Amino acid sequence: MIPLFLGFAALLVATSLLVILHKNPVTSALFLVLAFCSLAGIYLLLHAEFLGMVQIVVYAGAIMVLFLFVIMYLNLQHDVETGVQIAVRRGIGWLAGAAVLLTGATLFGVPAGGGSGWALGPANAVDPAAGAGNVRAIGRELYSRYLFPFELTSVLLLVAMVGVIVIARGGARRGGARRGGPPPAAGPADPPEDR
Amino acid sequence: MIPLSWLLALSAVVFTIGVVGVLVRRNALVIFMSVELMLNAANLTFVAFANHMKSLDGQIFVFFVMTVAAAEVAIGLAIIVHLFRLRETVFVDEIHLLKG
Repeated sequence: MIPLFLGFAALLVATSLLVILHKNPVTSALFLVLAFCSLAGIYLLLHAEFLGMVQIVVYAGAIMVLFLFVIMYLNLQHDVETGVQIAVRRGIGWLAGAAVLLTGATLFGVPAGGGSGWALGPANAVDPAAGAGNVRAIGRELYSRYLFPFELTSVLLLVAMVGVIVIARGGARRGGARRGGPPPAAGPADPPEDR
Repeated sequence: MIPLSWLLALSAVVFTIGVVGVLVRRNALVIFMSVELMLNAANLTFVAFANHMKSLDGQIFVFFVMTVAAAEVAIGLAIIVHLFRLRETVFVDEIHLLKG
């Protein structure tokens, strides 16, 4: 289990670094898919089978397809970054990252209590997912204790869907109107906008 | 059993890579991908603690975070597409309307 974890962890860190270092956004997106897949592997090692599958289906599947679709739709050129200003900002960025990591490491070195320090002891004597499997246990929790938040997420997704359609459609209309030459004189002949 | 500290360290490293990506890159799409990396690092922490505490609550939180992330990506990409239509660029330092 430990060697598997180390392999997945190394893959995750390497692909995450490549995501932010590669010049071509398409390649970055593909490395991000690989990073999500290795994270799914870590979830499997942690006995979160449901989340591992959801990670692949939702992140590596749906979200990254959306990313690639938008990248290809926009037909981007390579990221050209030159000049001393870019170098300065890049240096500041890496320094800030190092500061964040150092802060984390400092907190990491001072455990608050005894024992392992970062967490209270086990909340349950036995793993609730043991035996029956993880999906069943999560389903029970979702449809009992977490039913209200679960239903709220469906509203959230609906709002997101409507929002995306409004943003995309509104942009097309306004752009088309602007490109159509000088604005027509206001008059009663103007048809009302269909809303 | 994977030690909790290793998982937390891995999560911290991935989160930091996300932070650096947001600060260093200027392509809005890559910045967005770095934000996704940070969200996933937080998710890893949730799952690690859920595993450590033998509790399912952390995993359910990750489920909700994934839902919110999906909605956020859809909205964000729509905004980026709209921005590209208006300004013909996705480089964040060429979008300086509020800079005065």
